[in-house]
Amino acid sequence: MSDDLVNFEVNGIPLQARKGSMLIAATDAAGIRIPRFCYHEKLSVAANCRMCLVEVERAPKPMPACATPVAEGMKVYTRSPKALAAQKAVMEFLLINHPLDCPVCDQGGECELQDVSMGYGEDLSRYSEAKRVVRDKDIGPLIATEMTRCIHCTRCVRFGEEIAGMRELGATGRGERMEIGTFIQRTVVSELSGNVIDLCPVGALTAKPSRFTYRAWELIQHPTISPHDCVGSNLFLHSYNGQAKRVVPRRNDGVNETWIADRDRFSYAGLQSEDRLTTPMIRDKGEWVSTDWETAMARAVEGLRALPAAESGALLSPQSSLEELYLAQQWLRGLGIQSLDHRLRQTDFSDQDQAPLFPYLGSSLEDLDETGGLLLVGGNVRKEQPLLAHRLRRAALRGRPVMAINPRDFGFHFPLAHQRVTDPHGMLTALAGVLQAALTRKGQSAPAALADVLKAIKPDAVDTAMAEVLVQAGAQGHVLLGTQAMHHPQFALLGALAGALCEITGARQGYLPEGGNAAGAWLAGAVPHRGAAGVALQAGGRHVRSMLADGIKACVLLNVEPELDCDNPAQALRAVQEAEFVVAMTPFVTDSLRRHAHVLLPIATFAETSGTWVNVEGRWQSVPGAATPPGDTRPAWKVLRVLGNMSDLSGFEYLSSEEVRDELKVRLAEAGVTGFENRVPLEGRALALPPRPAGLQRVSATAMYGVDSLVRRSLPLQQTPEARDGAARLNEVEARSQDLLGAEEVVVRQGKLTARMGLVIDDTVPAGCVWLPGGITETSTLGPAYGPVELHKV
Amino acid sequence: MSTAIRQFFKTFLLWELLLGLKLTGRHFFARKITVQYPDETTPISPRFRGLHALRRYPNGEERCIACKLCEAVCPALAITIESEQRDDGTRRTTRYDIDLFKCIFCGFCEEACPVDSIVETHIMHYHFENRGEQIMTKDKLLAIGDKNEAQIAAARAVDAPYR
Repeated sequence: MSDDLVNFEVNGIPLQARKGSMLIAATDAAGIRIPRFCYHEKLSVAANCRMCLVEVERAPKPMPACATPVAEGMKVYTRSPKALAAQKAVMEFLLINHPLDCPVCDQGGECELQDVSMGYGEDLSRYSEAKRVVRDKDIGPLIATEMTRCIHCTRCVRFGEEIAGMRELGATGRGERMEIGTFIQRTVVSELSGNVIDLCPVGALTAKPSRFTYRAWELIQHPTISPHDCVGSNLFLHSYNGQAKRVVPRRNDGVNETWIADRDRFSYAGLQSEDRLTTPMIRDKGEWVSTDWETAMARAVEGLRALPAAESGALLSPQSSLEELYLAQQWLRGLGIQSLDHRLRQTDFSDQDQAPLFPYLGSSLEDLDETGGLLLVGGNVRKEQPLLAHRLRRAALRGRPVMAINPRDFGFHFPLAHQRVTDPHGMLTALAGVLQAALTRKGQSAPAALADVLKAIKPDAVDTAMAEVLVQAGAQGHVLLGTQAMHHPQFALLGALAGALCEITGARQGYLPEGGNAAGAWLAGAVPHRGAAGVALQAGGRHVRSMLADGIKACVLLNVEPELDCDNPAQALRAVQEAEFVVAMTPFVTDSLRRHAHVLLPIATFAETSGTWVNVEGRWQSVPGAATPPGDTRPAWKVLRVLGNMSDLSGFEYLSSEEVRDELKVRLAEAGVTGFENRVPLEGRALALPPRPAGLQRVSATAMYGVDSLVRRSLPLQQTPEARDGAARLNEVEARSQDLLGAEEVVVRQGKLTARMGLVIDDTVPAGCVWLPGGITETSTLGPAYGPVELHKV
Repeated sequence: MSTAIRQFFKTFLLWELLLGLKLTGRHFFARKITVQYPDETTPISPRFRGLHALRRYPNGEERCIACKLCEAVCPALAITIESEQRDDGTRRTTRYDIDLFKCIFCGFCEEACPVDSIVETHIMHYHFENRGEQIMTKDKLLAIGDKNEAQIAAARAVDAPYR
């Protein structure tokens, strides 16, 4: 390695850096500050702001530090008279057209231009001519623009090209007439678009939802974790008077680097929703009355005790913290209620006893950058795990083959080496085809359990090519079962096929579960057949599907809205409706909860409670609470702790959420959990390929801005074009055969259930399928996410 | 010896008393400086720091842009501001409170204000009868500004060369 290092001097201090690295990176590492606007560590070098000019010995002119590679024996002066003169001159030019409206600018107080001008600016301007004015653009409900302030650093443009993968912002015109904007009048739609707010060194791009409501110096910064996807992005929540004002990324190169998704950034807006429940409520003779905690909790315990525990059940959110889920299962099991589940959208539980300890990614997130070949089965990573998609994109752009078998052509922002877009049944045959091809390539015979499935499978060219990539990748390969694979009605078969494929090729098998703490939920024992630390239970309870299908007498809901969070909204709603006693622990109250629940307990959201979230790579991330919960709202772990006490259960004496976490850690150590094994064993099983269903099939995924109750209440997110798109999608051929071409609206029918919604002709949907997203009100009266569906003219 | 004689005559002729009366006499006939407050008042400096006011532009638009610099600079933490985007897209306060019990009348708010919105008037005669009245709200401050704009503007005009 030492050969790669070069020695040079900055301001007389000897430094070393990797050959070919840029000067500014070396000085940053050494703590020598050079002013800059356009340079950003994670973006390409543009060298167009010229603020980082430094003097280099024997160079005729000052050189930009961000675009000057270090060289052996180089002598650099960052504060010499020549360098300072150059920097001051650049600053003067930059300030010529800047409006200097700092008092009304949201960036004021945290503005890079402001900071640098304090060091390098003159106190008087020599410029008395007219300043440039640029018309503001409306680029959507998330980003406010004030383009007169723009200094053309092009960070936002480079971000779009290099990170978000969408060239949405660009520069038009030259010189003084240069403008940044969307080329045509349109909204910025990237799922990572909010990051340009952080990138913009001036106040040209600022957050629209929190516009003008705070000043940077008033905010208190709290670390927190995003619960919306399994990546577990690290966030900072900025609060003012205990109220969340904005969310910004917290750098963690192992997880989210310096980026976060718009969903993580703007979900906080839902915290102040009108639906917020602020006092415990009980139903008295059909009327809702606000009451104190003691009465409400006593009523909850009494109601649950009055009904047979074996017929009761609980639906838990996979977004709840580890502590909440652990205490919930301790309490419920203490009451004798064994039926509890967090896998609200999963439909196939046939292999749950053989399932791994928790749905693990199979490797660390960082390993995905270096994948030798990755096969994604049923996952729209861009919408479901935007920052994981960013890693896959980077891998793909580095020439690593990324492949997908999906129920829709999701239009990834990176090239796929091979892709198969097919109906849900086709996903099974496609994965079986890849397995068959891999077996043939390796000259092995099919595992006994899958012999029946593989019998009739003839791999085609795409299958063979996919298998070849995975065989070549060997142990560097990945097979990821995405969220839609996990919700697939044949998830067990997909898992078995993927497992066998990994066995043969040596690739690592991984899962991408829904919810920010699905991994934690498994560890905490929020599944019916396993207790805390994954210990198998002798007398397990019913899983969510059987609970909802067969009915529950007494029902506990932890941050769940049955009609939006479950696979089969109509069935879930009916189950809750028919339950004799419903306790809802929820931050938000809806009409449906008011109709069906008996006790409402207001609990804090992720931002208002201390807790731990375990991400998909098994990383435990504990954070303190960030915002103050409104009214009588309490963190759910405290509520559950007291419910435990009131139920006369022992062991509910925790004083902090850390104690709960540590207890679970001890139990994990006692259970002897060391490594993570993802493969579902095939021994003694016989799997069969189900017959191909006839007729039109529904395919579905949870809408990006419909994943949980908080996101669904975030006004700015709900105003985006993405959230307003609640239409049925059908390809043109299918639409013609159904005689629906030209129809604006259709009636969707699933069995006896119907919904009326818009129709969009979309050729990304495979033949024989209708795309109907879940988690949105439009489809909340329909049935399961997969299965037969009919479309009728209005 | 001579000291003793001088002392004898001084005592005999009441010399010290005359010296005292000389001072009394000088002040007795000098021009009086007593001001008959409250019937009369002393002149006030244009920089006098009295009761606060919020000003408006001549077209009636409030000057304050909710930059919160006064709130940040206030050493007594007497100012509380909340802001939002007004319907016309401008940055405005929804709340502007000064707690006069906390205020130390240092004038920093006035100095920090980039738009000359928060000012201290020459008003010094005011009182509170009930708890809570010491909180000067935005409406009260704007009303004071509207009523005293002539005086505020005049004071600023006089001081302009030095600002």
